[in-house]
Amino acid sequence: MQATQHAGHAGHDDDSHSHGPTGLMRWITTTNHKDIGTMYLWFSFVMFLVGGAMSLVIRAELLSPGLQYVSPEFYNQMLTLHALIMVFGAIMPAFVGFANWMIPLMIGAPDMAFARMNNWSFWLLPPAAILLTSSIFVPGGAAGTGWTLYPPLSIQMGMGMDMAIFAVHILGMSSIMGSINIITTILNMRAPGMTLMKMPMFCWTWLVTAFLLIASMPILAGAVTMLLTDRHFGTSFFNAAGGGDPVLFQHIFWFFGHPEVYIIALPAFGVVSHVIPAFSRKHLFGYTSMVYAIAAIGLISFFVWAHHMYVTGIPLTGQLYFMYATMLIAIPTGVKVFNWVTTMWRGSLSFETPMLFALGFLVLFTIGGLTGLVLAMTAVDIQLQDTYYVVAHFHYVMVAGALFSAYAGLYFWLPKWTGHMYNEGLGKLHFWLSMIFFNIAFFPQHFLGLAGMPRRIPDYAQQFADFNQISTIGSFGFGISQLLVLVVVFKAIKGGAKAEARPWDGARGLEWTVPSPAPHHTFEDPPAFDPAEAHA
Amino acid sequence: MSHPAAANRYFVPAPSHWPLVGSLALLLLASGAVLTMNSIANGGFVLMGGFAVLAVMLFGWFGRVIGEAESGSYNLQVDRSFRWAMAWFIFSEVMFFAAFFGALFYVRVLSVPDLASADQALLWDGFKNQWPSAGPAVKDPFTPMHAWGIPAINTLLLLSSGVTVTWAHWGLIANKRQQLIIGLALTILLGLVFISLQAYEYGEAYSHLNLKMTTGVYGSTFYMLTGFHGFHVTLGATMLIVILLRTVKGHFTAERHFAFEAVAWYWHFVDVVWLGLFVVVYWL
Repeated sequence: MQATQHAGHAGHDDDSHSHGPTGLMRWITTTNHKDIGTMYLWFSFVMFLVGGAMSLVIRAELLSPGLQYVSPEFYNQMLTLHALIMVFGAIMPAFVGFANWMIPLMIGAPDMAFARMNNWSFWLLPPAAILLTSSIFVPGGAAGTGWTLYPPLSIQMGMGMDMAIFAVHILGMSSIMGSINIITTILNMRAPGMTLMKMPMFCWTWLVTAFLLIASMPILAGAVTMLLTDRHFGTSFFNAAGGGDPVLFQHIFWFFGHPEVYIIALPAFGVVSHVIPAFSRKHLFGYTSMVYAIAAIGLISFFVWAHHMYVTGIPLTGQLYFMYATMLIAIPTGVKVFNWVTTMWRGSLSFETPMLFALGFLVLFTIGGLTGLVLAMTAVDIQLQDTYYVVAHFHYVMVAGALFSAYAGLYFWLPKWTGHMYNEGLGKLHFWLSMIFFNIAFFPQHFLGLAGMPRRIPDYAQQFADFNQISTIGSFGFGISQLLVLVVVFKAIKGGAKAEARPWDGARGLEWTVPSPAPHHTFEDPPAFDPAEAHA
Repeated sequence: MSHPAAANRYFVPAPSHWPLVGSLALLLLASGAVLTMNSIANGGFVLMGGFAVLAVMLFGWFGRVIGEAESGSYNLQVDRSFRWAMAWFIFSEVMFFAAFFGALFYVRVLSVPDLASADQALLWDGFKNQWPSAGPAVKDPFTPMHAWGIPAINTLLLLSSGVTVTWAHWGLIANKRQQLIIGLALTILLGLVFISLQAYEYGEAYSHLNLKMTTGVYGSTFYMLTGFHGFHVTLGATMLIVILLRTVKGHFTAERHFAFEAVAWYWHFVDVVWLGLFVVVYWL
């Protein structure tokens, strides 16, 4: 749809892309950061629907006790692919899409530093998605280990596991190339006068995120490579008989896995740090402390990994260290939450859809953060490990955190992308349906977990039935209401009120100085940076 | 779109089909590897096809980049981008090796001592905490690799190659093309001798020392670390050969030679990884 949109405007903005390929080839060969950002966003939305459908299979099975619709093996494959697709196929590409679209506009760069490699970063995603989704149909089915791919189970799985391993390799390559691109763009292509400490907060969060990705994705590549050689070449990394240890995999995986949590969360923080000041009509409170908080979260995230492993038999001193280190993260995260709240204090608030999603994020992410603190306590976690409390916790962080923030960004920047205002009524309906059904789906899971219901099991004891039924109703409501996004986006692409260059009166930044929709090429010569547009 | 006329503008390349070719190559490589590893017919052909497409992509894409560099499309800001990117790429490689070094430290410090501890005596009675170890259940005797034979020679070779590549760089900066070419050729030669000696060492390990990938964690970590390092040396030597050919064709100036420096950085990185390997895999 975006293609027709651009074609329709080719006549009256100074596009020079008419020299390039048209039709499908335009999208395949493009080196334009806006095209690539659009492709990332559409890809992530398609993957979001695929991963969402898988979660509905899980919730349908859990509607009532006993086995109804799927076999336990298929249930495990669904929950594994749901997680891998949502993390690597939906949430991460969504924020890379925002980065592609917005970072060059925010810092006044003509494009990403490596426009051709940028295209490859995107086009590596479809092969990985093909490997992951088609693995359902090979003998033995897809990987059924959960997204953490723990051995020894992952050593024993069929060839679907190999496909997941290679998909992870390809996704890792894509992430590393994308991150090198983003980090180089931010460090080397800012408009003259835009110092690092005047940079928009979204760019700061991505700078740290890109660092986390470059540091942690190769670790995951190493981990799955060792899985592969253990599976096929007789090595013994994760085999005690050969002197190895399955727990070694957990250490290496979570050394990647915990930074990964912040790889998802930090860009979400960045989006919210733009939306809340814009709709409060104030500067972001505590810019400098926000920057240091981001850097601190990024740094500490490398030193807390074993809080995922309290029950693996790590020594008591290790448990204590990881408990305290994990709690330390609450400090910079708290700084951020308080700064957002203080930004709103005595602001001239209005509640358009982006602001609603940002506030939904703020409330629900804080709940997810606090349950994270509960889980950080070793003594408590030993009870709650692998229960639905953990499932509830990370869905509050991933869905109400990352996804709500992505929606805030989508509604915030949609006028800049399409040139039209979205339908505010539909947007608000989308928010309230999401907010209500999300909590119906996931809040009861706290109680299920506290009562001892284990995760990753398709059957459960009778006493868990009521909360599970509520949760399933909520999840289907949530899933169906997400289709509203498609309606909103298509309507905004097709028409609607014309968006001004700065559709939000409180918004600051270079991205609002270019027309809406943003012309195909922007800032080919570096703009003069107006301090009035600075976020600090 | 490129605007070669506006010399000060940041170069944005024209649309290109090479990324898609690269993605196709990786899809073929991954599918071919999955099929081959699971002994499904024709997997090898898919794998070979993947390598072929990858080779075409690398030739085409790098050829394009070299053409752009030589035609002066890249201003100094683009040059700085390349430098940042190469530095971060090497950092990502460091972290890749860190995963395997971490695995080695873990098995040496934690898992092997634990398997030999009193707690495990019921399962693995009589297993001794020592290194090298193939673990409690691998009974096949093996001889570990000694540090002060071929590995020590290899250390000298790689350290010398670090010197020769720097000498070549001095030649490039001083516009002494012959010194540059000789220095590069010597570096490549040292690299190739290193790779040959590694290959010989692997042959010896399999035929005489009974040291295999299946030799417990010692064999696993030994082959994983030295194998990936050897692969990186091969990659580095290949890139050095490309740089040598470009030098002979008259590419690079004393002021602008990012590609040379990038490969030199990469070569030094491979060198430093080897020093780590020599100390913790072969020596200690």
